[in-house]
This record gives sequence, C-alpha cells and structure tokens, in this order.
Amino acid sequence: MSADITLRKGLTIPMSGIADLNISSADSADNYVVYPSDFHGVVPKMLLKEGETVLQGQPIFYSKANPEIKFVSPVSGTLTKIERGAKRRIMALSITSDGEHKAVVHKLANLDELCAADVRKHLLESGCWSFIKQRPYDVIADPSSTPKAIFVSGFNTAPLAADVPFLLSPQKEDFQNGINALAKLAPKVHLSVDASSASFLTEVSNAELHRIKGQHPAGNVGVQVHHIDPVNAGETVWVVGPVDVARIGAFFSTGIFDASQMVAVVGPVVKSPTYFKSRIGAAVAPLLKKAGINADGQIRVINGDSLSGAATHADGNLGYYNNTLTVLAEGNRFRMFGWLPFAGSKIFSMSRTSLSWLLPKRTYALDTNMNGEERALVVTGEMEQVLPMDIFPMQLIKACMVQNIEKMEGLGIYEVAPEDFALVDYASTSKIEAQAIIREALDLMIKEVG
Amino acid sequence: MNFIRERIDAIKKPFGKGQKWERFAPAVNAFDTFLFVPNHTTQKGAHIRDGVDLKRTMVTVIIALLPAFVYGVYNTGYQYFIQSGLAFTFWDAMLHGALKIMPMVAVSYGVGLAIEFAFAVYRGHEVNEGYLVTGLLVPMIMPVDIPLWMVGLSVAFAVFIAKEAFGGTGMNILNPALTARAFAFFAYPTYMSGNKVWVSEASNVDGISGETVLGSLAAGNDVSYSMFDMFVGAIPGSIAETSTLMVLVGAAILILTGVGSWRIMVGGVLGAAATAFLFNLWGANALMSFNWTNQLIVGGFAFGIVFMATDPVSAAQTTKGKWIYGILVGLFCMLIRVFNPAYPEGVMLAILLMNVFAPTIDHYVVEGNIKRRKKRLNATLTPAT
Repeated sequence: MSADITLRKGLTIPMSGIADLNISSADSADNYVVYPSDFHGVVPKMLLKEGETVLQGQPIFYSKANPEIKFVSPVSGTLTKIERGAKRRIMALSITSDGEHKAVVHKLANLDELCAADVRKHLLESGCWSFIKQRPYDVIADPSSTPKAIFVSGFNTAPLAADVPFLLSPQKEDFQNGINALAKLAPKVHLSVDASSASFLTEVSNAELHRIKGQHPAGNVGVQVHHIDPVNAGETVWVVGPVDVARIGAFFSTGIFDASQMVAVVGPVVKSPTYFKSRIGAAVAPLLKKAGINADGQIRVINGDSLSGAATHADGNLGYYNNTLTVLAEGNRFRMFGWLPFAGSKIFSMSRTSLSWLLPKRTYALDTNMNGEERALVVTGEMEQVLPMDIFPMQLIKACMVQNIEKMEGLGIYEVAPEDFALVDYASTSKIEAQAIIREALDLMIKEVG
Repeated sequence: MNFIRERIDAIKKPFGKGQKWERFAPAVNAFDTFLFVPNHTTQKGAHIRDGVDLKRTMVTVIIALLPAFVYGVYNTGYQYFIQSGLAFTFWDAMLHGALKIMPMVAVSYGVGLAIEFAFAVYRGHEVNEGYLVTGLLVPMIMPVDIPLWMVGLSVAFAVFIAKEAFGGTGMNILNPALTARAFAFFAYPTYMSGNKVWVSEASNVDGISGETVLGSLAAGNDVSYSMFDMFVGAIPGSIAETSTLMVLVGAAILILTGVGSWRIMVGGVLGAAATAFLFNLWGANALMSFNWTNQLIVGGFAFGIVFMATDPVSAAQTTKGKWIYGILVGLFCMLIRVFNPAYPEGVMLAILLMNVFAPTIDHYVVEGNIKRRKKRLNATLTPAT
C-alpha cells in the first residue's frame, strides 16, 4: 500500500537539549502577539483599531492581495497595540487576553455533508486558511488555485524539533478529521511518516501513506513532495503542518478556531527541556522561566528550529506556526586560532577537518557563532551532500543570484522552499546565506511569473 | 588572551567604519582573523553554523602538502650530494634543500599575497585564503634552480591574469599554480626543461647532470632508476613532485578529511592506467612501452592528480562531472607524454586543458538535469493514450 522512500543524503545535527516527552505547565501571561511576518508575502490590512475588543477566532486583518484570506485572534480580549516599523509596516499586533477565551462559533453542518466549496469557504472564514501553504513559492495557498495533491509530513527531522506523534497524541481524532476535510479539497492527500518509528499516524485513513527513512531534511514536506509527486511548472500542491491539520479537524468538529497547542522548549542552554501547553502567540517568558535557562552571556530565542526558525527575544511571543522554541547561547566571542584543523572539536562539523566525526554519539552545545567569515564559493560537493533532491543546489543558487529565471525554472526552483536549503546555510564552508537567496528568488518568481 | 584581543581591537580602531583608514580594513582583518575566529553571529538564515570555514579547509590542504614538501627539500639536497659525489648526512641534505627552496617559498608568498591584499582593498572584500595553498604549490612544482625573479614573475602573472582578471578566488578558470608553471615553462623554456635544471647547481658545477625519467625516455635513453627509487622519489624532477609515496600520504589526508575529491583522484588514476596499459600493448616507442605502473609513479602525474586536478574551483563541480574530468585528465596526460616529444611530461598541460573544459562538462551534466525536468513536465501535459 505504501512505498518506502530511503534518502541517503542529509545531516542530523547532534545538538544537546532535546525535550523530554513530558507535558509541563507554566503560568500564562495575558499578552499575546501575532507577527504578520510569519505570513510571508502577506501585506496586512487591519480590520480592527487599537483598543477594540476581539473574540478568539475573530479576524484582525486580511491579506491586501487576497482579501478572502483572513487572520484571526488566538484569544479573546483587547487589541492593545499595533506596532509599526519602517514605512509604517505592521510588525506586531499585541492582544491583551481577558482570560475567558470567548470564541466566535461557526455553525457548521457535519463534515461528511460538506462539499469542497463549503470546506474552502469555512476554512477562509475561520482563519484556518492561513495553515494551508502552497508549493511553489512557500506562501499561503491561493484559494482560487486547485492543487494536484495535499501533502502532510508526519515527522520533523530538524535539530531538536518537537516530536510530531507526541504533539498529536491527544488529538488523534482531530487529526483524522482534518485529513478528511483536506481530502475534499484535492484529488489526493499524502501523509509521510518516519519509517524508523511506529505511531498512530500509520493508521490514519483517507490519505496515501509514505514511509520515509533518512536524516534531516527527510522530514521536510518539500523533500517528500519531490520524491512522491514533484511539482512541475504550472502545477500547485498544498502543504499543511501536522499540528495545523489537527487544528483544522478540531474546527470542523466544534466550529471554533482552536489556538491551543503544545510547544517544546529546547536547546543546549535550557535546564530542563520539555513540552508545555500553550497557545499561538503566547508570551515565551513564562515558558523560559519554567524550563530554566543556564547561560552566562546573551541568549537567542528562536521561534521554530535552529536552522530555519525566526529569532525573537526573551520577552517575545510564540509564532503562528511553531511548536518548537529553541534557545541558544549567542556566540559573540572570539576563538583564538579556532580555524586550525582539528581544533575546537566541541563545535560539530559535517566535515572531517574536525575531530567531531570520531565521536558519533556526542551531542553538542551549538551557539550562534558563524565559525568563520563569508568567502567566495570554493568547495564543491558539500551542498549536494545535504540536499536529498535531484537538484543541483550550487547551480540553482548561482542562477538565483543572477536572477536568471529560465535557468531557475530549469533547475527546479518550483520544487524548493527556503527551509530545504537550511542545511546548505549550515554546512557551507563559504558561509553563504542560501535560505535568503532562495527566498528572494521565490519572491522574484512570484512577481515575474505569478 | 583578553589582553591580546584588547590590543588588536585598539590597533584596528582607525580601520573601523567611517574611520580614516577604513579602506584598508580587509588587509588588517586578514591578520586578525588568523589570530582569532571573529565574534560574528548569524544574522539571517540558519542560526547555527558548521565549524568548518575556508581557512580550515585551505590549511588542511597545506597539511596534506607538507610530507611531499619536506621530502622535496630533502631530495633537493640528496640529488646534489649524490651527483657531486660528496659525503653528506640527512641534515646536510635538508639544509642544502632548505637554503634553495625557502627563498622560493618566501618570494611566492610575498608577491602573491601582496597582489591578493591589494585586490582585496581595491574591491573592498575580505582576503580569501585560496592563495595560501597556491603560494606553497608554486615553488613545489618548479625546477630547483629557477631564478627567484622568475618565480616572482610567474606568480604575478598567474595571480593577475589567471585569477584576479576573472574576478578573484572562486571565479578562475585555470588553476593559478599551474598557470604560474605554464608561464615559466613557455617564457623561459631553457630554465624549465633539459638535463641541467632538475638537480641543484647542475648548471654551475661540472659533472652534475640530472635528467628526469621521462626526459631520458623521450630522448631515447634507458632508465637507470629502480621502481622503488621512483616510488619513494629519490629521482630528479620538479621540487616536490618526485615522491609518489609522500603524495599518497597527502592524498590520504585529503580523502580522509573530505577536502579533496576522491572521485577526481580515482578517475585520474583509472584514466591514466588504462591509457598507459593500451600503449604498452601497442609499444611503438620507448615511452609507449614504459610499463604502465611506472607511468603512474614517475613525473608529476601523482602530484598533479592529487593536488592540482582536485582544485575545486577549476575542476568540474558536479559529481558526475568530476568522474569524467578526472578520467580525461589521466588520459590526456598519457597522450601528451607519449605523442609529444617536446613535452616529456604531460600532466600540467592535461590539467590546464581539462580546466578549460570543466565548465563544458558541468554544463552537459546540469543540462541533463534540466532535460529530465522538462521531460517530466511534458509527460504531464500529453494525455496518456
């Protein structure tokens, strides 16, 4: 019934600070924040003014380019502040919770009786559409497009990333419900699971199951799409995060936008890394306090994993999509003669110019130091080693840098997302910013090709 | 350590942003980053980065070069004393070699780095570490008696024309060290070939003459060295190319650390061995019938295929391309050796030739990927019948 896919390329970064599979509780602060930057390419148009009250699941802004796509509040309370940056761009929307979680309730018929158009309409109205992303371009899906399939990755291979079956364990029915809803929108739903561990996900129905074996980025949905049913020019696939599938499922059974979630607080400087019950946009400070931080200097708090997450700060808030909160020590220190081969084997290296490869079982307390400076591209073959796709990463990156659209199309720009190149960022000897280059190229494609 | 750091920061102050000497910051940074890995943190993209950087990679290559280099120093003295019939100890040989070779190394680094620094300041980018390897390679592949000014001029030509004219490190078509050698070879042929250049002082002292193995074969003479001598490297030749044993130690370091491409090395050896073996079967002249195993251990073939052909910038960059490139380097090396008596050694020209063709090889490999993608697209467009 399911094909096994084995990926030989990739890299599992052995970082210390993985979360125990326990659920802890922390106090919740009453300030919640929605960062519009979580929705790449969306220019927000506000529906509410500062000081207005808002219900959980009530739209607070919509996308300027596509007014159907609405973004809703994770809690009920008051929109206290619209923080703007340069050119009056909206940076953050602060909502003070009233602690009551009064929610907008949508009246829905039974999911079995809904047609595709109804499902689409309800997803758009409830704010759940923001959980559906598309390839190409790695942006929120265009509601007018028809995907050839919907892909859900049931595992995450990024360093210290939250364990997906564990996150979903209290929501098995919601997950199945979400898959059922998505199955109405596309001819096929693909669900990928980690071939090396068993979980309830293998029993999910209404989706084609794929068992995938491999190191990071095997859990990236883009890599899975590439091997299962690659995106050709002109085609669209949709992708939904596993936790968001459960959220969609919960919405169709209750009619309420459910913002609650579990988040794993992880990282080498976290004293007791574990899972917490939390909500979208919740303040991270109580979580950090409960988990404990063990660092001498500055720390970096990251919404998401350490490879492709977004930096926030210790007083910041959780992002819209992430179930992992990574805390690293800032690496703003000098290392005398640290460039010498075989010196500093405490810093993990994929290359065998460090002795770290002799210690395969060790875990490393990685920090944010660049471990070198940007240089011209010299070393070849290392990018290929961490990208398990039939794509020439260096050639694609060079085509992106010179904005050669025809070449980018030929080399597979439609099949990639920045997160697939996160390990290229990591592994590059020349310290190039591959994710940023790919993101810019995708934005150029949206503008030029659409 | 903090004290040193503070001193350096004080020295660097006038080179900071908006300060008087800002333009020359790349030159100062080049020294600073040798003492300390900078405190730069990730600003975008992945928040964590691998411990490797270009400095570490290049220094690994230098470590791999050292066995061949040290043996080259010894062999320079050894050849001199053996040929002149003087009694000598190991340290005499080392001293003689060092006195000959160290000035060449100094000139090579001095001239090359001066140009690199000047271009870094001119272009406003940091100094790339690539020249650390080139600067050591150049003297290693020269005949020992070449005048120092020729070393300097060859280096200047290579860095200006082969490297900086194309945009600097990472952009060059030809391997800079081999370009330096090719320049000297064609500009000053009397200093680069014949039987008076390969042994130290051969042109000054009567009675010393040393031909390379390939040179004597090309002249129709017999080879007087045993296979063991040729393998260990106790034969005349360019400074560090003679010892296949030491080159193999270097190859092991490059392959184990993953810094050098084993595909190119294996491809090169396969290509050369197969070609030489076919020539053995043909056997029309002395070079053709020279045993194929010996072909692999004499001359600069081993050195070239391990240290020069694997230069990632001028070699093919795709995995498949590396195989093709390596095999062709080996094949052309043997072809030039056998068919062109003017050039007894072919590895330099074979690598430079394949440097020129490497982008073409890659082009077809990458084009194959593009075609596959187009085919997949067309398959979805044409309805199944």
